[in-house]
Amino acid sequence: MFGIQTQLFEEKDIRFGPIDHETHPEIESKWTHDAEFMRLMEIKPVRPLSAAMVKKQYEAVEKEMEEEKNLFYFTIRAREDDRLIGKALIEYVDWTNGNGFIRLGIGEPESRGKGCGSQAMNMLLRYAFGELNLFRVTAVVPAYNECAIRLVQKFNFVEEVRRRKALHRDGEFWDILGFGLLNAEWQESGSGAG
Amino acid sequence: MKDLYRGTLVRLSAADPGELGKNYIIWNRDTELMRLFGTGPARMSSKRASVEYYEKELKDQPPSHFYFSIRALDDDRLLGETDLDVVNWASRDAFVGIGIGSREDWGKGYGTDAMHLVLRFAFTELNLRRLTLNVFEYNPRAIRSYEKCGFQIEGRKRSALLKDGKRWDIIYMGILFEDWMEQK
Repeated sequence: MFGIQTQLFEEKDIRFGPIDHETHPEIESKWTHDAEFMRLMEIKPVRPLSAAMVKKQYEAVEKEMEEEKNLFYFTIRAREDDRLIGKALIEYVDWTNGNGFIRLGIGEPESRGKGCGSQAMNMLLRYAFGELNLFRVTAVVPAYNECAIRLVQKFNFVEEVRRRKALHRDGEFWDILGFGLLNAEWQESGSGAG
Repeated sequence: MKDLYRGTLVRLSAADPGELGKNYIIWNRDTELMRLFGTGPARMSSKRASVEYYEKELKDQPPSHFYFSIRALDDDRLLGETDLDVVNWASRDAFVGIGIGSREDWGKGYGTDAMHLVLRFAFTELNLRRLTLNVFEYNPRAIRSYEKCGFQIEGRKRSALLKDGKRWDIIYMGILFEDWMEQK
């Protein structure tokens, strides 16, 4: 279980940090050239972005965090040297009803398959439920993203919505799934893998 | 070729910010309606703010957003509004919203007739493949109407709404082009 002393942004191998406008655009630009990764992260058509375009996106993200106050964006860093390996966010927070959408990705190929995603999910859920006090969170996942489905199932998310054939890629029609987790369910399961 | 904008009870017309804004501040007094319309808290809006909202919404309507007024065929009065938001052209997938403003006009088939027109427009003019909508658990009248139009329930976000101290689900409904063709 977590306590008030347990660090919100520190995990075993990773930590959450803010955006670094100097060094991150270059790295994230590289991820956007990885179409397989992008198709796991994005439902809209993907395209490669230059470092300058990523920089602009970061500025938009920070502006939204400042003005709308319904977006919480974290960069995922490797603890050993603080290098950027992914991102994790809670977006479209609906404060009246206590809802939010969560999303995360490990952009650095050599950091995948090592439990970084689970650790990031752990921190993201604890932040959503223990700091923002949301009532529930939603994760939207295309049916072909087996890795993400395994991850949310590990954290006891329930499949709630199946938008039939909502995504057309490579000549196939895929369902888009909505997974939900209630704060109460998260607490019951011993607050995730914590 | 049929008149795409003309149904049996209603027709779709261009959305006019002045007219919609003026009517919205009347509809807006009905908090039951506001709670059927959206997830956010009911709030009061001045005429100016309301007209400005529609102006902003309708100005440079992006090619992915289609907004209509719903009018009665008998006397051409404004009944409500409907919009289509194409969230992904590559997958030809859109979200649809619809509302009949004044409670005297509820339960008379206007919304269902308007939705039939929106579906025809979406599938035969925009060539979309599917439509999605959200409806709240406490709005069975709307759910029945959407089912009549061919929408199927595709899932429910559990306890996603908190109104009057009670938790309610948000229900997702969808219709595919082939569902729509079949019921024709």
